[in-house]
Formats: sequence, structure tokens, C-alpha cells
Amino acid sequence: MSSSNRSSTENKTITLIAAAATFMAAAALLNICLGASRISLPQLWEALLSGPGTSAASRILWYVRLPRTAACLLAGAGLAVSGTVIQKVLANNLASPGIIGVNAGAGLAVAICSGFGMYSAWVIAGSAFLGAMIATFVVVIVARKSSASRTTVVLGGVAVTACLNAVTETIIVLIPDAALANVDFRVGGFSAVNHARLVPAAVLILAGIVLVCTLTNELDVLSLGDDTAHSLGLRVNRMRNGFLTLAALLAGATVSFAGILGFVGLIVPHIARRFIGNESGRLLPFCALMGAGFVTICDLAARLIFAPYEVSTGILLNFLGGPFFVWLLLKRKDKHK
Amino acid sequence: MISIHDLHASYEGDEILHGIDAAFPEGKISVLMGPNGCGKSTTLRSLVRLVPQRSGRIEIDGQSADTYTPRDLARKIAYLPQSRNVPDIAVRSLVMHGRFPYLSYPRRYRPEDHRKVQEALEWVGLSDLADRKMENLSGGQRQKAYLAMALAQDTDVILMDEPTTFLDIRNQFDLLDRAKQLARQGKTVIMILHDFEAILRYADHVILLHDGSVLQEGRAEDVLRSTSIPEAFRVTPVFYQGDDGLHCYVHK
Repeated sequence: MSSSNRSSTENKTITLIAAAATFMAAAALLNICLGASRISLPQLWEALLSGPGTSAASRILWYVRLPRTAACLLAGAGLAVSGTVIQKVLANNLASPGIIGVNAGAGLAVAICSGFGMYSAWVIAGSAFLGAMIATFVVVIVARKSSASRTTVVLGGVAVTACLNAVTETIIVLIPDAALANVDFRVGGFSAVNHARLVPAAVLILAGIVLVCTLTNELDVLSLGDDTAHSLGLRVNRMRNGFLTLAALLAGATVSFAGILGFVGLIVPHIARRFIGNESGRLLPFCALMGAGFVTICDLAARLIFAPYEVSTGILLNFLGGPFFVWLLLKRKDKHK
Repeated sequence: MISIHDLHASYEGDEILHGIDAAFPEGKISVLMGPNGCGKSTTLRSLVRLVPQRSGRIEIDGQSADTYTPRDLARKIAYLPQSRNVPDIAVRSLVMHGRFPYLSYPRRYRPEDHRKVQEALEWVGLSDLADRKMENLSGGQRQKAYLAMALAQDTDVILMDEPTTFLDIRNQFDLLDRAKQLARQGKTVIMILHDFEAILRYADHVILLHDGSVLQEGRAEDVLRSTSIPEAFRVTPVFYQGDDGLHCYVHK
């Protein structure tokens, strides 16, 4: 009885993860093929086999669509996993990298780098990570010192985000050459993505996701509460700080090439939990795949809905994320009635 | 055998325990009792090093608790705190976490872990509900799930902080009967209880705390009949002999 139930749960997990992988692959294929200039499947196949060439389809594929799609996939996976980790560690389903100031901290770090002429992609990715980490720990320390409720943590994050964004905006205004005065950085988007920016971030994001996925048991034990986790032999503070650092790494690396992309880390974990439950071993890989597919589809929609005009992906995400956050608040209110 | 010697412990600079001495015999239920704020939970939490220890010594099997790593300590002592999250996971997954101290990175469960978990679930009577979500269980069932997790931890010592709180009377007796069975199996059970009748019926050994010190220690009946009870609680226990043994109620 119990082992058959276990295997049916495992079968369901495998089916859902395969479905998420298919969704991600389909989103990537559509994002590569569709746009102002369409690439047919035979053209895609030929351009992939021949490598970067001189034909229009080949150049569009290798220099525009592939980097952009890779960026979407990485950003989606990174932010979704970062959001899941933050929500679990803080035991707060309203928390996400965009809401508790993590993205804003990374954004400020990128603005400072660009403002002061540090254009090395590794320096930018590393700085974004540091900025994200500092913002994360400021919010967490303030929350802990004030014994804050879950909602207060979110409000603290909003305050920190506002301060950090104000400094970022000031840098953008004072140093216009910083090349950040585009909407894509402020609200997040992929129109300015290039290989150089992407490679260091990709290394950090993929390494971060792999590492988090090997620590799913620790993450679940931590979410049982400090006392229970400690009594199970977990070094609670060390693990919590480690997870927050990894979440900051994922969000920071994403901001370094995609700008301040909001709500992915909030929306995706919530939807994913509804399908696959809250156990990290299943949830994290599922979130990574769903997040990758979700951001890629949003990017495609942002390019196509107002064609020939293109809106930033972040704008579309804000359109979706704002109402979603309000819905979450209302749902919590109903739950507490 | 677990024992405490001249233990001083504090929270945020305020000393809560002022030199506690106590020993908890194997195969017995030891109960910590005392009025609110007397240091019962702090004593229990000190045993699993959740409270900063100012001075004194805790010994586990003749060895200082300081020498145990968190993982080694978790293989020795299971602790059920009073307030716990209700995680959004299945009962079996919760109980599997009891095997956490035995797994090394990257913590893949072994057949032995699954076996221990199944045994624990069957022992508490939750094997039929193993795949149900924790949030869909009653308070009594959740308590059993946490007890199963502690059993899967496979320790010699089990600490329970007010385990009967929020349970109806049937579930209170059920839990205390199981604690008794665990003690009979040779485990050291240490729990905090408030109910005099339950203490009289289930405790083998009672430690009465008052203002962070041990006021009285001994057999349940001896402690409950002592003058320390009116001193600590400002109430008077009244005893009467029933068909099934000695009973106790409290007179204001």
C-alpha cells in the first residue's frame, strides 16, 4: 500500500517534470522561431548545423535569438529558484527576490559598476551578487531584530527596495553614459543581452541551481522551524545564511544581464507548488523548468503583442505580477478569517 | 544516562536557570513541572543546546554535551518543541526528516531509513495516513506525526515540551500511554507536564522547578504531597484512593 502510493507519487513527479521540460523546450523553440523576422524549422535546423554563417536566418539565430532565448531561460530558472529558496528560508510565501529588495540591491551594484566604467562581465555579475547579498541580509537582520511578522518583512523589503532604486536612479541621471538609462534595465528585459554578459551569469546561475538542488533535504528541514531543524542536527544559522547567499547569487547573476525583472520569483513558486507540492526535491527542479519557460513565453509575448513595437519583458511581468500579488494578499486574508 | 550539573543558562543577558542539578534515569518518564516562567522549557532546551549555557555541565552517557557535534547530539536526543510549524508536506515526508542526522551529503535515503520510518509510522498508528498532508490532520494526529519523526530519529532520549497541550483528553492519554511504552523499551523520556493527575499517573520521576532552581525532586507522589507544591503554585493538591489507584485534584 505505502510503496505503491510512493511509486504513484514518483510517477506523478516524473510526469510533471517532463511536462515542465516540454513546456520550457516549446517556449524556447517558439522564442527562437517567432519575431519580427520568422525562422522556419528547416532554416533553424540548417543554421544550427552550419554554425554562425552569412545568411540572414543564421545571423538572427546565432547573434540575436539564441542569446536572447538562453538569457530568458537562465533568468527564469534563476529567479524562480531564488524565489523558492527565499520563501522557504523565511517561511514567507509573500517573499521573493523582487519584493524583499534582492533585485534592487543587485541593480544598484550593476548601476555603480556601469557608472564607474567597470564593464567586465565577471565584475558586473560578481558585484550584482554582492549587492543582492547585502540587500538580502539587511532585510533579514532588520526583520530578526524587530521580531517582525511576515508582512513586516515584506514592508521592510519594500522600504529597502525604494531606497536602493532611488540611488540607482540617481546614478542613471547623473551619469547618463552609464548605458543603463534604458527601460530594459529598470524594469528588466532582454533586448540588450549579449554573449559577454551572459557567460559569467550563466556559470553562476547553473552552478547555483545545481548546488541548491543537492541541498533540498536541508532546505526542507530548515523550513520545519529553527528548533526542530536544530534538534535534527542542522546547523541552522549557517544553513540559513548559506541558502540566502545562494538565493542572492541566483538573483544577482540574473540582474547582471536582465536588469531588475520583477515577480518571477513570486509567481512561479506559487504556481509550481499547486502542481507538485512543497517538497524541495520535486519543487526546485520543477520551478527551474517552469520559470525558464514562463519568462521565455513572456519575452515572446512582449515582442509580439504590440509588434512592430516591443515592450520590455519586465513590463509584461509587472502587468501579471501586480494583480497576482494582490490576489495573494486577499487569499491570505481569507485564510486568516 | 543524561544529567545536569550546576547549570546556569540565560536568554539575552537575563539568567533564567540558577544552578540546576538533575539526573534523568534511563527507561523512566521524568517530568519537569513548575509554574509558568520557572525555567522548565529552558532546562529542556538546554539539553539540546538551544539555549546559551553560562556555566555548569550537561553530561550524556558520561560525556560532556559540549563534545557532541549537532549531528551526534541529534542521534542521541530527539526534541519535540511546544510550538511547531505545520509544514505543507505529507506525513511520511515529515517522518523521513527524522532520519536526517544519519544521512551524509547529498542525503539520499537508504532502505534502512525507509524501514525505520515505516516502523515509526506503524508504532504511532499513522501508516494509513502516511500520504496525507500534515495540514489535513487533526491536532492529535499531527502530534503523533511529530512523535513518529522523533522515533525515526532512533535516539535513546526523547524530550517533549508540553506534549499534551491542545490535545483532547482521549489524545492526551493516548500520547502519555505511548510515552510510557517508550520508557518501557528503555528510552529516557523527559517531558514537561502541568496536569497533576497525569503526573501522578505517568511520571516515574518528578523535578519541581521554581524561579530557575530545583525546589523538589523525587517520586511523583512524594513531590505532589510535599509542601513545595503550595509554595510553588499556591494551590493545594487533594488526594483520594480510587479503584484504579491514587488520584489527585487541585484545591484553589
